[in-house]
Amino acid sequence: MEKPTPNALTASAMATLLGGMALLASAGASAASMVEEGKQIAEDRRKGNCLACHAMGDGQLPGNIGPPLVAMKARFPDESALRAQIADATQKNPNTMMPPFGRHNVLTDEEIDKITAYVHTL
Amino acid sequence: MRKIIAATLAAGLVGGLPLAAQATNPQQDLKEFRAYFMERFPDTQFQDFSNGVYSIDAPSRAQWESIEEFPPYELAVDDGREMWNTPFGNGKTYADCFPDGEDGIRQNYPYWNGNTVKTLEQEINECRETNGEKPLGWKKGKIAALSAYLAYQSRGKPIDVKVPNDAALEWYEQGKQHFYSKRGQLNFSCANCHVDSAGMLIRADKLSPALGHVTHFPVFRSKWGELGTLHRRYGGCNKQVRAKPFPAQSDEYRALEYFHTYMSNGIEVNGPGARK
Ligand code: HEC
Ligand code: HEC
Repeated sequence: MEKPTPNALTASAMATLLGGMALLASAGASAASMVEEGKQIAEDRRKGNCLACHAMGDGQLPGNIGPPLVAMKARFPDESALRAQIADATQKNPNTMMPPFGRHNVLTDEEIDKITAYVHTL
Repeated sequence: MRKIIAATLAAGLVGGLPLAAQATNPQQDLKEFRAYFMERFPDTQFQDFSNGVYSIDAPSRAQWESIEEFPPYELAVDDGREMWNTPFGNGKTYADCFPDGEDGIRQNYPYWNGNTVKTLEQEINECRETNGEKPLGWKKGKIAALSAYLAYQSRGKPIDVKVPNDAALEWYEQGKQHFYSKRGQLNFSCANCHVDSAGMLIRADKLSPALGHVTHFPVFRSKWGELGTLHRRYGGCNKQVRAKPFPAQSDEYRALEYFHTYMSNGIEVNGPGARK
């Protein structure tokens, strides 16, 4: 067994560390763009059109059929519960006005992920 | 009311239940339907529900009242009157089919004729065909003009739709199910918007109460820039939820009109109307 030189050790440790940082940095960047894309899809009248019923962020002329989407982290500490509400609100309330965006394929899974990421920031 | 909706929905979900098993009682339905809206909009007089969203929204009402000073449907009523007074090729007139037309008949439609549910527009076209004329398109134009004239002659008469027997009740029941069943990719029932959410904003539009919905049809809509029939509006509301509309005068829409109009019994005809 050959002992690695101290120099080599440091180098590989550095590489691991840098790699990790790079990963973290790219996760940060894509999370931000997910939130941004999610906002667009949520506001798009042909996609989420959430503003038809909810006050949401800085969106203009919201409807008031559903509750304002505020304090979402407090109301949905578990992000997957928020996702479930968006994917199929009829699970919780069969006669809800809110369309089952996932179950009825109004939105794709990926679009729902993005909207969830955005709404969770509100 | 909520109980009824839930019960109807559940029935709809189970599906295929024999109609009799649901024990529908139109009079009881009507009582609860009215009571729901009267309670929800205590400031609105019963007769005023004929004014749709304007019966519950003071700001838009002022604007609408100024529109009504120079009614956009006036020309259509004149066209309809001229149709009424112009003999067919065979010398007969619409009055031969509708002897009481000028006194007001709109309030009795749709009605059970012993065999099926008949709408006014349907009988206008039947009258034409009996007299050797081509039928008119269902949703706008001439049929809406004549229908508007007949509605105008009926102003002030309370809607008086009857469900006289079990066979008629099946049509009523079918219309009721349509009204309370969720449909389309967006999964809305008529009742979701016009009962549960009446008075609320869907984006910038305030949703009208279903009570009094039908009294002013055919309607001149600014959005259409012309008159349209009730079945044209049904098609529009079906499309909004990304459901495929049924054809005008299909069994589905006549059944829906039957139930929907019965729910406005007692409210005076005020057609034609003007809306956004
Ligand atoms: C047509 C009306 C409508 C639309 C469109 C709609 N919602 Fe809703 N939403 C509601 C209603 C009504 C509720 C109240 C709960 C219920 O009815 O089940 C609700 C509840 C919610 C809740 C739960 C709120 C809480 O605090 O419990 C969230 C989160 C939500 N909606 C997000 C969305 C998002 C995101 C969109 C768009 C992708 C959307 N909604 C589109 C009507 C709507
Ligand atoms: C997604 C919501 C929605 C659904 C579902 C819906 N409508 Fe509408 N409807 C509207 C809106 C918005 C308007 C225009 C504003 C108003 O008058 O309510 C309207 C208008 C109407 C009008 C005209 C009211 C008037 O005073 O001229 C009638 C009648 C009507 N709807 C019937 C129906 C029927 C019947 C169904 C079911 C087949 C239905 N709607 C389903 C949203 C809806």
